[in-house]
Amino acid sequence: MMNYGLWAGVSILLIVSFFKDRTKTLKALKMAGKQFLNLLSALITIVLFLGIIRALVDPMIIGRMIGPESGILGVISGLVVGSVIFIPGFVAFPMAAGFLEIGAGYPQVAGFIAALMGVGFVFIPLERKFFGLRLTILRNLLCFVAAIVFVLAVWGVGL
Amino acid sequence: MMILKKYKWALIMAISMFALYLNQPETALNALSISVSDIKIILGILPPVLILVGLLDVWVPKKTVIQYMGDNSGIKGLLFAFLLGAIAAGPLFVAFPIAAMLAGKGARLAYIIFFMGIWTSIKLPLLLFEYSFFGGTFTAIHAIVNIIVFLFGSFLLEKLATEDSIKRLRSMDIS
Repeated sequence: MMNYGLWAGVSILLIVSFFKDRTKTLKALKMAGKQFLNLLSALITIVLFLGIIRALVDPMIIGRMIGPESGILGVISGLVVGSVIFIPGFVAFPMAAGFLEIGAGYPQVAGFIAALMGVGFVFIPLERKFFGLRLTILRNLLCFVAAIVFVLAVWGVGL
Repeated sequence: MMILKKYKWALIMAISMFALYLNQPETALNALSISVSDIKIILGILPPVLILVGLLDVWVPKKTVIQYMGDNSGIKGLLFAFLLGAIAAGPLFVAFPIAAMLAGKGARLAYIIFFMGIWTSIKLPLLLFEYSFFGGTFTAIHAIVNIIVFLFGSFLLEKLATEDSIKRLRSMDIS
């Protein structure tokens, strides 16, 4: 994937930086390492939690929750489920497209996708390490509102 | 003791995983394989981003960030936040260290929040992907709605943020 490009690019920058200024580069590396260690506990927790949840919850259950005739309740389910769990985009999009195929409506899928991308309940322990709890909650709320507006727009257009 | 406290939740999750294994071994193994694939994604992207953030932190002068995204950068700051968010790739949690670094160097909070909003939905690679699965109308509505909501929302959030949280971000010494 494109990650190789990222690793390669960063490696080149690192080498250039190292030749220009050793002390600065070591400082940058030290910062990165320290921050990584600082995030590690939250990351492990999040990853294990997500593994358990996603193993217990069959994607088809979500599909049924936001499925045909699920209406406003389906929208709410999509928003809530999308807010709570995290699924990488390249897994989530095909999955949501599958929901459309089994009869889920566009507004329900819109709520699920938008909440999934922007609202990260399980990432709050990580996010607050950077922004503090108040700002973290506010940002998640903003994304939740954006998801609701998106649903209304999709519904309004009649998709 | 400190370590134990720091990893308390991770430990609880590990124990839950083990308890699940005792009851439903297959589900637990499935869960573990999902966790492993998630951690692979994270380890594939987070370390280089953190190194990049570290390098930017030592090489980009505060003055430059303030000039492009500071309190008085006006529309330029907004555009810059948009571009940074749109060319990015990767899940949102990758944006956190970048946003925090920019804030620490004096970028305006509203622009930082706008940047993260754009990151969640207007990333170019993701847009193309979304288009191929859900079609043009869906993707266009998503992008337009998000730009509008985040444009207003980021300034509103800046107003709602307390002095404390702004000071905290500004003084954040990620080293």
